[in-house]
Amino acid sequence: MSTQVRGPARGRAPHPSPPPGPRHSERSTSATGLLVKAVMLGLTIGIAIFAAFPLIENGHWLGLTVLAATTAGLCYLYGTRRHIPAKYLVPGTLFLIVFQLFPVLYTVSTAFTNFSDGHRGDKQDAIVAIQTASVTQVPGSTQYALTVATTGDPATGPLTFLVTDLKTKVVSAGDAKGLRPLPGSRVTVNTAGRVTAASGYTLLNGAQASVRSKEITAFAVPTAGGAIRSQGLSRAYEGRAGRAYETACDCIRDNKSGKTWAADETVGAFVASDGERLAQGWKVGVGFDNFTRLLTDSDISGPFLRTLVWNLAFALLSTGGTFVLGLLCALALHSPRVSGRSWYRILLVLPYAMPSFAMLLVWRDMFNTDFGLINNLFGLDVDWFGGVASARIAVILVQLWLGYPYMFLVATGALQAIPRELTEASSIDGATPFAAFRRVTLPLLLVALTPLLISSFAFNFNNFNAVYLTTDGAPFPVDNPMNGATDLLITYTYRLAFGGSGAQYGFAAAVSVFIFIIVAVLSTISFRRTRKQEEVYS
Amino acid sequence: MRIRTAGVVATLTLALAAAGCGTGGSDKPGTSQSAGPAAAGGKLVIWADDKRAAALKPFANKFGQENGVTVQVQAISKDQQTAFVTASQQGSGPDVTVGAHDWIGNLVQNGAIDPVQLTAEQKSGLAQNALKAVTFNGQVYGVPYATENLALIRNTDLAPDAPKTIEDLVATGKKLKSQKKVAEILCLQVGQNGDAYHLYPLYTSAGGYLFGTTASGDYDPKDLGVGKPESIAAFTKISKLGEKGDGALKRSITTENSIATFTARKCAYLVSGPWAITDAKKANVHYDVSAVPGFAGAKPAQPFLGVQTFYVAAKGKNKALAQEFVTNYVTTGELAVALYQAEPRPPALTAALDQVKGSDPDLEKFIDAGANAVPLPAIPEMATIWDPFGKAESAVVGGADPKTAVTAAAKTISGQIK
Repeated sequence: MSTQVRGPARGRAPHPSPPPGPRHSERSTSATGLLVKAVMLGLTIGIAIFAAFPLIENGHWLGLTVLAATTAGLCYLYGTRRHIPAKYLVPGTLFLIVFQLFPVLYTVSTAFTNFSDGHRGDKQDAIVAIQTASVTQVPGSTQYALTVATTGDPATGPLTFLVTDLKTKVVSAGDAKGLRPLPGSRVTVNTAGRVTAASGYTLLNGAQASVRSKEITAFAVPTAGGAIRSQGLSRAYEGRAGRAYETACDCIRDNKSGKTWAADETVGAFVASDGERLAQGWKVGVGFDNFTRLLTDSDISGPFLRTLVWNLAFALLSTGGTFVLGLLCALALHSPRVSGRSWYRILLVLPYAMPSFAMLLVWRDMFNTDFGLINNLFGLDVDWFGGVASARIAVILVQLWLGYPYMFLVATGALQAIPRELTEASSIDGATPFAAFRRVTLPLLLVALTPLLISSFAFNFNNFNAVYLTTDGAPFPVDNPMNGATDLLITYTYRLAFGGSGAQYGFAAAVSVFIFIIVAVLSTISFRRTRKQEEVYS
Repeated sequence: MRIRTAGVVATLTLALAAAGCGTGGSDKPGTSQSAGPAAAGGKLVIWADDKRAAALKPFANKFGQENGVTVQVQAISKDQQTAFVTASQQGSGPDVTVGAHDWIGNLVQNGAIDPVQLTAEQKSGLAQNALKAVTFNGQVYGVPYATENLALIRNTDLAPDAPKTIEDLVATGKKLKSQKKVAEILCLQVGQNGDAYHLYPLYTSAGGYLFGTTASGDYDPKDLGVGKPESIAAFTKISKLGEKGDGALKRSITTENSIATFTARKCAYLVSGPWAITDAKKANVHYDVSAVPGFAGAKPAQPFLGVQTFYVAAKGKNKALAQEFVTNYVTTGELAVALYQAEPRPPALTAALDQVKGSDPDLEKFIDAGANAVPLPAIPEMATIWDPFGKAESAVVGGADPKTAVTAAAKTISGQIK
């Protein structure tokens, strides 16, 4: 529910421009203004520099260019006295780009990819993951205690692994050329078998070694059976990579079985000739696949329509119901004859002050068949979330309770803006109070409140929490565990995209695009109708 | 005054806009800001949930001092696995993460963790079923530190004897209920949308299975047990315990109220894990722990074995140090004991278990109850099971036809397995 409470748009007098003040006060304002401006521009530049570091580190040169250009542009814009209109327009435009346009474009572009669990990174990531995962210890190979050393400077010198065979206590030095034994006279070994001193070598302590972590994990001393690799900083093992990527065939080959998995760029995975797929895939564009799946898969498109109908009913009922209830309360408390009006108003607004997600969970427990407050209080035995109708009623009831204080607030505000003379005039003309309300007050209210009702409708249309936290879509038909009777499109999407085989962002984005289109169309139609309505009454 | 305020608001807006744009222009909005040059001695970042993070801190600091590096333990309270995968992908993830072993399949397919190479000695110091649980595609993907499985916790004042079969349990429960001593026969959480984890012991006892195994002992995603005649038979047995049958299984008993109902002495039997013990002790319930009973004349009930595990992040900035911590430090006893004290689950390290079991008889009872537990499948396909299986459970418990419910679940699951 939108938290923004706007008063009626009508009847707002333009603010008179402030009278010109004495000269000295104007100067002090501009001096403070200048200071604030300098501080703010400094802050902007500071934040820009702060944001530049990760961009440089990750090599996002395009992002860096955009950042630099924007900062320079802002400095220029607010540093000069010219371009007054732009000074007002630019912040709004930036916000629009960052918070509206960018997410929408990002969602739309994701909808055309297979971005999901197992297809998150790029191909290089997948190759690295496959190769790393295939390194196994050579069966029966030696275990070594490890000390990382160098022949030069600890920070930059070439690495050497000083390894002690834990069984024979023989110390060897290993580098890219291979392993060669070190005579016992040249080294000191502690009880755990680790080398603690070696002539001709500088030993790296934990801190020095951890700084060179990447080099150490990549370092391998070739042996006949594979290579000696580090396992942490104090232990090494002889391992062998079982699978390797080959550029010539653009495939992964298993060294033992000789089986190959060729890269398939249409699905973003390595696939063998027998159809076996390696788990680690990468992100590729899939065109309209996600959209066609949504339309052609009968498991999805069938319930989609049914869900859409319930979703519309849910949004209409929760918006309309809360509006009617809120308006009735507002009307009742609008009469000056009610005493203690402000107390009633505070009481009415209380539910609105509670965090809705916590209240939704409380309501869910209150509808519990055996332990719930509602059944216990009224002596009922209703299986609330077990039946289609009762579950839907329950969801709407909760929405009513949560939503009417908001409508009450806005209706109170709008009522107070309607001049009492109008209703008085109509009563002099002989209209009953109901007729006066229907023909004078309500139309005026609606002109002010329709935009709010439309935005409230759009919000309730995608009111994920309302369903996810109470019924989670229940009850489900026995023959379809994917689509429940109280599911909204958004909770249904969530289950499709995240409930099943891991996260499927690409598919979820495609469904979001659909929902976006539906909401956009509905909102456009309603706003057009409102405009006509305003033309009638103005 | 008004003008000045407006000016301040405008400039603030401007600064914010600029900041927003700074990140908005890049491919990845909101990448980590911690990516400065590495501290002189290197840094190790560990992610764990709130309780474990607190227990880990002193040991992490000790490790840091011994190695001359900074160690940061960060508590991640929600959606740890998703947060870890996403952060790893963006390069802002930790070096080490602590989590359940059934994450492995998903973490491996996303290239988020590396296998660890343990020595034969280190392997022999761990509980063998825990080690088996963290082994995936023939590789060990993490170091287990604690195990957990379901057991039957019973109120000894109400039910002095451990039931041999589920029928015994139901009979005693019904008797207690008719004497108005309890309100429910059994506290086994089902909830509106089912709970596959808690139902699993009964499902296996009645002959059902989730995935078959390959020759090498791994779970085989191609052999789906849900939908097979065995699973329908199992659900038919389960439906007799449901709301239209004995009423031992009810959808109104949920995650939120099952333990509370037991500690309020409204039911004599609770099926839950070691985490329920703290509550039972707090409520001064006299309790005993035994294995979840199976159906009479059927197979024994097999609960799932869950294993809490330390993982080395594949995209961590300090992998050598992370491996050192996970494979050469976590495998020592002290830390396992501290983590046990943070939350009483049986340590996976046999030496640590021997140390604590004397003072806590429940531990051994839980281990005995889980003697035939099966490791929770870690294959990514397991993610497709939970939701449809749970829905089938809740439908059957509610009185629906088992065959229709199981067949629908099987169709949904196999449709999602690639």
